[in-house]
Amino acid sequence: MTQVSMTVNGQAASGDVEGRTLLSTFLREHLGLTGTHVGCDTSQCGACVVHVDGNAVKSCTILAAEADGADVATIESQAAADGTLNAVQQAFQDHHGLQCGFCTPGMVMSAVALLKDNPSPSEAEIRAYLEGNICRCTGYHNIVKAIMAASGQDVSAIAAE
Amino acid sequence: MPKDHGIGASPKRREDVRFLTGVGNYTDDINLNGQAYVHFLRSDVAHGKINGIDSTAAAAMPGVVRIFTGADFEGVGSIPCGWQVTDKHGQPMQEPAHPVLAQGKVRHVGDPIAAVVANTPEQARDAAEAIEVDMEELPAVIDMKAAVQEGATKVHDDLTSNLCYDWGFVEENKGAVDEAFSNAAHVTTLELVNNRLVANPMEPRVAVGDYARHNGESTLYTTSQNPHVIRLLMGAFVLGIPEHKLRVVAPDVGGGFGTKIFHYAEEAFCTFAAKAINRPVKWTSSRSEAFISDAHGRDHVTKIELALDADNNFTALRTETYANMGAYLSTFAPSVPTWLHGTLMAGNYKTPLIYVNVKAVFTNTVPVDAYRGAGRPEATYQLERVVDKAARELGVDPIALRRQNFITEFPYATPVAVEYDTGDYNATMDKLSEIADLSGFAARRAESEKNGKLRGLGVNCYIEACGIAPSNLVGQLGARAGLYESATVRVNATGGLVVMTGSHSHGQGHETSFPQVIAEMIGIDESMVEIVHGDTANTPMGMGTYGSRSLAVGGSAMVRATEKIINKARKIAAHLMEASEADIELKDGAFSVAGTDKSVAWGDVCLAAYVPHNYPLEDIEPGLEETAFYDPANFTYPSGAYCCEVEVDPDTGKVTIESFAAADDFGNIVNPMIVSGQVHGGIAQGIGQALLEGAVYDENGQLLSASYMDYAMPRADDVPFYSVDHSCVTPCTHNPLGVKGCGEAGAIGSPPAVVNAVVDALQSAGKDVTHIDMPLSPSRVWAAMNG
Repeated sequence: MTQVSMTVNGQAASGDVEGRTLLSTFLREHLGLTGTHVGCDTSQCGACVVHVDGNAVKSCTILAAEADGADVATIESQAAADGTLNAVQQAFQDHHGLQCGFCTPGMVMSAVALLKDNPSPSEAEIRAYLEGNICRCTGYHNIVKAIMAASGQDVSAIAAE
Repeated sequence: MPKDHGIGASPKRREDVRFLTGVGNYTDDINLNGQAYVHFLRSDVAHGKINGIDSTAAAAMPGVVRIFTGADFEGVGSIPCGWQVTDKHGQPMQEPAHPVLAQGKVRHVGDPIAAVVANTPEQARDAAEAIEVDMEELPAVIDMKAAVQEGATKVHDDLTSNLCYDWGFVEENKGAVDEAFSNAAHVTTLELVNNRLVANPMEPRVAVGDYARHNGESTLYTTSQNPHVIRLLMGAFVLGIPEHKLRVVAPDVGGGFGTKIFHYAEEAFCTFAAKAINRPVKWTSSRSEAFISDAHGRDHVTKIELALDADNNFTALRTETYANMGAYLSTFAPSVPTWLHGTLMAGNYKTPLIYVNVKAVFTNTVPVDAYRGAGRPEATYQLERVVDKAARELGVDPIALRRQNFITEFPYATPVAVEYDTGDYNATMDKLSEIADLSGFAARRAESEKNGKLRGLGVNCYIEACGIAPSNLVGQLGARAGLYESATVRVNATGGLVVMTGSHSHGQGHETSFPQVIAEMIGIDESMVEIVHGDTANTPMGMGTYGSRSLAVGGSAMVRATEKIINKARKIAAHLMEASEADIELKDGAFSVAGTDKSVAWGDVCLAAYVPHNYPLEDIEPGLEETAFYDPANFTYPSGAYCCEVEVDPDTGKVTIESFAAADDFGNIVNPMIVSGQVHGGIAQGIGQALLEGAVYDENGQLLSASYMDYAMPRADDVPFYSVDHSCVTPCTHNPLGVKGCGEAGAIGSPPAVVNAVVDALQSAGKDVTHIDMPLSPSRVWAAMNG
């Protein structure tokens, strides 16, 4: 067992983990942060995306031990303390960017990271960036639209609803 | 002005906040005190005889609680099949046993051999690797046509062959159909494959079994679209637990698309093992495991022939299909190529004579069952491809040929046993022409050609049958269940309502749309209505969500129960206002006496029902709670017209979707936002089937596309923004909401549009290509072009 310590959503977190314990497992099973989802085992689906030291990372793809000392943010940190959704979360609700909700935490975390680097991405840039996030419900239409809206772009010309 | 309230409005979804903030409650988020974890040791061969299992070393590994094998399940029931098809000779289908854990033989890669229960998932997995299985590998049958040859290796030794059934529909029409073909002016023939798919909801399956010693009650938490169905099948047929001692809970479900309808061995295992070891037992599927244990979809090989007269009227249709069942019969598998497929072969056309033959075949592959559309996409694909091919052979416009043969008068009884109540296929085609800007296609093609690309336009129609019913009919067709839906509406003393429904959302947003209906009926705010679903302990027996049935059937049950509520509340209001019940009107959340200014608020009537001091106790009981079971009189028949424009790179064969438009008639619409979202998702899955997805087995039965590395799921950059419209409305005539269902249409209508478009693009360049089988990968398209 290895002792790991990190900051998760602004709070100190530590635990004893096996060497093979993934960050996603540590978040879900050790810390009870079940908003981070695991949808595959080949680092393809992106449901597990979190931010590690500000970068979007698939938490099933790094070991908990690798995140020792890191600053980790999960979906649970994205709304304000009073429950107010952040701009991406709010746009996803406003534009019906989610259905079953399973891929949604990863989608939101990826979108937040995208907008940090590229505050006004084009449709093509958004679609390319989301290569690593699979959604089976929405056909991506309303996800792309929501991310454009969250970045302040006018989406009224994109097919309604 | 769009409505902001009630039916026809698009309020923001109330489920979204919990999903967006990471506090949804999916099955894998459930952890029970003292739970153990199971890992299934699965077969890595497609067909084999188990000569022995030595788990001595594994049992001694750290954390192992107990190892189960097939021997532990002797005397336990077989995983049941919920639909018995009768073949063309009047004989029942062949129905093999399906053990929870393999009994002496494995029949597909992924068939569970043993189950290790340990204190942690890692310990269970490690110990499973230490189990020694003495496996004698047997020849595998993978190809369906080879499987039904004389002398083929049998998947099940106790069956007479690998043929599950040979179904003819309508058998009595066969002679007339054959005669029509011999008299035809033109016959178009097409052989095609409807590619095998994996549903791939993003949430893998999970099961947590629990057993309470103090009252002998078992509880199963599972990723299911229909917890009552699981309770009935598992309790009555597998484990022998009566319903009152078995609770099945499906909390938030992360997508289903059909594959979470079925009762799976892992559910029975966890429930059984929890009692056996007196600890909760949890199983979480990995994605790799999902590929070899979730029921697959489609996998039909079809020859379809269309007969036309000299005026291009369709005179007859004849099909022969091989449908893969896989190694065992999954819950509804036999119904998919038959009653969900043959009955749709008329499509949108008045073809007077139709004969459908389906041979369902066992192979050493994962079981195949319903996947989004289930039989209807297979019917639509072959029909809309053969009509397109006929138009090209005859040199007529594919849209004109369709319009010429459209059914235009309703109700319309097809020659394949169903009666369409309403529809207007010209209206959706007109709408499609508008939203897809069909008249601008030539200019767009010229532009693409300037850029060195081939542009193609594909159009097709579809018809769907949703809300399979009525129960007495489906019983005659072989269903071993009713297909009603239920709702209990409980009004609380202060006027709020709770609807306990047998429908269950796995992404469809019932918590938002169902209250819109009640809000409209009573004239109250949606926030006063709460939806409870997914738990057999607090919902009436219901059949769940699949086949685009929730609003049409479950919503109708809710309407019926609410009508009972309103009728009773009206009596109470009449008493409170000392008026005749016949004069009482309900509007905007208040009862009033017609022609007077007397009124009493909804909340006051509800309070009177629970505090019945001034109350007609001699006439009616206190309280305000009603249940309704709704059994539809008929299917509903959504329809529409779809259009896809593609560009093909002539150098590489790569196809890109340039635009996709869908004009649907779903009857009345409760929440347009949700309906559009359903269509978007269905279109993406259809584009996935057409261009990307395929579950491919090698000749030894190894699944080659068994992860997201090899099975190409549609990504955001594989699809465009879609143009969808559902303003063409011919309301369903036989349910109270006039709704038809929208969940599967996109997946049904889109694959032929894509393939028609690619064929059009290639023919525009003078290529003699009449068909390419899905998925239309660059290599297949390039090979077809360079034939």
